[in-house]
Amino acid sequence: MNYSVLIPMIVFLIIIFFIGYWSSKKLAGSSNFISDYFLGGRELGGFVLAMTMVATYGSASSFLGGPGTAYTMGFGWVLLAMTQVVTGYFVLMILGKKYAIMARRYNAVTMIDFLKARYNSTAVVLLSALSIIIFLFSAMAAQWIGGARLIESLTGLSYQSALFLFAISVLVYVTIGGFRAVALTDAVQGAVMLIGTLILLIAVIISGGGISNIMQDLINENPNLVTPYGAEGNLSAAYVSSFWILVGVGVVGLPQIAVRAMSYKNARSMHRALIIGTIVTGFIMLNMHLIGVFARPILPGIDVGDKVIPLIALETLPPWVAGIVLAAPMAAIMSTVDSLLLLVSSSIVKDVYLNYVKPDASLKTIKRMSFGVTGILGVIVFLLALDPPDLLIFLNLFAFGGLEAAFIWPIVLGLYWKWGNKYGAIASMGTGIASYIALHFYNIANGNLFGVHTVTLPVVLSLIAFIAFSLLIKRQAYDYNAILYRNEKQA
Amino acid sequence: MKETDWRFRVAHREAWIGLGLALFNFVWWFAFAYGLGNRPVEEYTYIFGLPDWFFYSCIVGFLVMVVLVTVVVKFFFVDVPFDEEQEESR
Repeated sequence: MNYSVLIPMIVFLIIIFFIGYWSSKKLAGSSNFISDYFLGGRELGGFVLAMTMVATYGSASSFLGGPGTAYTMGFGWVLLAMTQVVTGYFVLMILGKKYAIMARRYNAVTMIDFLKARYNSTAVVLLSALSIIIFLFSAMAAQWIGGARLIESLTGLSYQSALFLFAISVLVYVTIGGFRAVALTDAVQGAVMLIGTLILLIAVIISGGGISNIMQDLINENPNLVTPYGAEGNLSAAYVSSFWILVGVGVVGLPQIAVRAMSYKNARSMHRALIIGTIVTGFIMLNMHLIGVFARPILPGIDVGDKVIPLIALETLPPWVAGIVLAAPMAAIMSTVDSLLLLVSSSIVKDVYLNYVKPDASLKTIKRMSFGVTGILGVIVFLLALDPPDLLIFLNLFAFGGLEAAFIWPIVLGLYWKWGNKYGAIASMGTGIASYIALHFYNIANGNLFGVHTVTLPVVLSLIAFIAFSLLIKRQAYDYNAILYRNEKQA
Repeated sequence: MKETDWRFRVAHREAWIGLGLALFNFVWWFAFAYGLGNRPVEEYTYIFGLPDWFFYSCIVGFLVMVVLVTVVVKFFFVDVPFDEEQEESR
């Protein structure tokens, strides 16, 4: 047990708890519990918005799995990781102001609220809620495993105890603080990630004897490591490029990201977030994956990818600095987990229970439900993660791709294409998910179809389905202003 | 009544800009990575110790995107209100 590493991490966790507690006090005085708990009352400023998007997005895979793969694959994987720079500006620009305006008109608190108001369809709501619950659940499990492994490798605790520790920390402050707590702690965690990765990168470069030296070692070991094609030369341009969809532009369709695009205060916060988000995303991704590659000559022969970052930090930094630096992946994992947890619980409480089971539930019931469901979900994930499947990236990307294929067109085209209707949305979600799962198993058995990542084809198919079904069945132009007239009549 | 909300025109233009930036980003990233990267390793040159294809594609590419996003946001993005103003919606 390494106390000088542990203490900075514990201090970090305590600070995070404090923020959660502080937010919960604000929540207690709130007049609109639902909007505050699940959305932070649409008050986020630019910096917090950017950070919460980066932190939610940057997860175990960007901090442990990704660098671990870069360690094995070399620069080709860093190239692949840099496709994520686009998320820094793309999501907010594409959903952008129209999404913010429409979300306010619809009084939408979740992404599903938006879909419900736009398509006016129970099937769309239930289908989306179901896919969020299933897919994000697996994403969450993957993150918990990552978090527990990290604690395990740092403390020497057993996996089970590490997982328990992690579960408690996450649950306590998600249940008490809600979205605002999550967003605020994301901002702190984002800053920790930023500084942590920079320190570690510098330490790794120094300990490797400078970049040129490291490069020479890599070439001596295997020249393929410095090419864009991976250590075995099997990363094709088409495959790497298809990650532009998976971890780049497709991120628009991820509910945990999309919900953040309706949470900001005004256009100026959005403008600031665009710039900050681009810088921070690119910087973190570049640093983390370079660290992965550079670690190779310094610590050869690590066989579990997820352990590269913890091991290299312990190797190159004084223990207490390593503690602070390793708080970064911890922060990334926690911030992803609590957003997912909150989102899954909002789908259950807000989108299913309040819409269809008990629309007239009292505030007290809603509060109890929100806290209760969040807590129960946490316990279930904990139990699932106790006996974890081995492939962390796999689970995580499976959830990513499935959700993107399901949601990207109903959201984006629902926003900008007036002919989009509920038949298109249902067909698009169904096609996206079904073809994703089918293709996934096909690709495992036969190698990647057309040499691209599984997500590519389902995204195209769901686009075709959306357009075809919208035009073929009950074609009708949607009036984006209609809801205004309705609201005014009521008023 | 059929008149489009002026804020939507702003929003639509900005979404197209976003799409354009992403396309440009992709082309830059792809052209340098695979244009320079497919030479034999012995022919690579190194800038700040990094292989040239990587330096131009990922480091310079990233910086270019930061500058572009900043310029676009500062000069082309319009500050619009998000809440409804009753007089204007008529």
